[in-house]
Amino acid sequence: MSIANSTEIICFVVLGTIVVLGSLGVVLLENIVYSAFLLGGVFMAVAGLYLLLNASFVAAAQVLVYVGAVNVLILFAIMLVNKRETLKPIKGLRFRKILSGGICAGLLALLIRVDITTPWSITKSISIGEQATERIGEHLFTDYLLPFELASVLLLMAMIGAIVLARRDVLTTDIGTGDSVNQGLIEKSSTPLLIDKPSPD
Amino acid sequence: MPETPLITIPLEAYLFLASILFCIGVWGLINSRNAVRVLMSIELMLNAVNINLMAFSSFLDGELIRGQVFTVFVITVAAAEAAVGLAILLSLYRNRVTVDMESFNLLRW
Repeated sequence: MSIANSTEIICFVVLGTIVVLGSLGVVLLENIVYSAFLLGGVFMAVAGLYLLLNASFVAAAQVLVYVGAVNVLILFAIMLVNKRETLKPIKGLRFRKILSGGICAGLLALLIRVDITTPWSITKSISIGEQATERIGEHLFTDYLLPFELASVLLLMAMIGAIVLARRDVLTTDIGTGDSVNQGLIEKSSTPLLIDKPSPD
Repeated sequence: MPETPLITIPLEAYLFLASILFCIGVWGLINSRNAVRVLMSIELMLNAVNINLMAFSSFLDGELIRGQVFTVFVITVAAAEAAVGLAILLSLYRNRVTVDMESFNLLRW
């Protein structure tokens, strides 16, 4: 076994351990801030796996989009909604966890059985390595052009939708008619439904 | 052109890792009571799918790396999903003053 092969195997084992332990931490840890940082670690390890698979462009995209955008967004959401609250105990919660754990273990066994028993038709072609970026660009602008354009529309819709859903400021005049808006209604709609305090009007 | 090194890690190893990650994500999705953690579990499952796509692209697809193109699309959709999901979560938090999944039953009864 050459030194390159053994290095590759060591990298795979280390990255796989990080991925599995990190995702277990994401799911099981009590403090959600730790979970969010562990999630960033899992994303970085997955990017390392992509590098092992000779896909440098997708690894860079993974780091940029997942670690740079999604993880930071999750951290901001945690800071916005972070409130220490004691969750109401629910009866049968332990039973529910054990049952769903059994179901997930069954699903895992099924997936691994498919993984092992299927005769994969592995092609012996050489990997194209650094040319992968050019090839992805060719795909995006020839045979995957329609999904590419749809993805841009989807991103625009997601951006506008997120702003509309999450914004807090209110309009003072109705856009359609120009009349002043009934501010009481707006205040009412932005106060929590379940808080026990007298309504503002 | 330099000699490309022989790939020593089998495809099954990547699929094994991806299935473990997916099952952890499913368990977290079912059992989390914090809504932010539910979104994190969804991201874990999407990453498992991405590992699968990349492994198939590298081992089965040869020079046409269509799996990598699909992975790029999945990353795009995941970013949009995270943005909209967290906006919905903020708006729910404003209405309910909690992130407990058990108290989000406005549409149930």
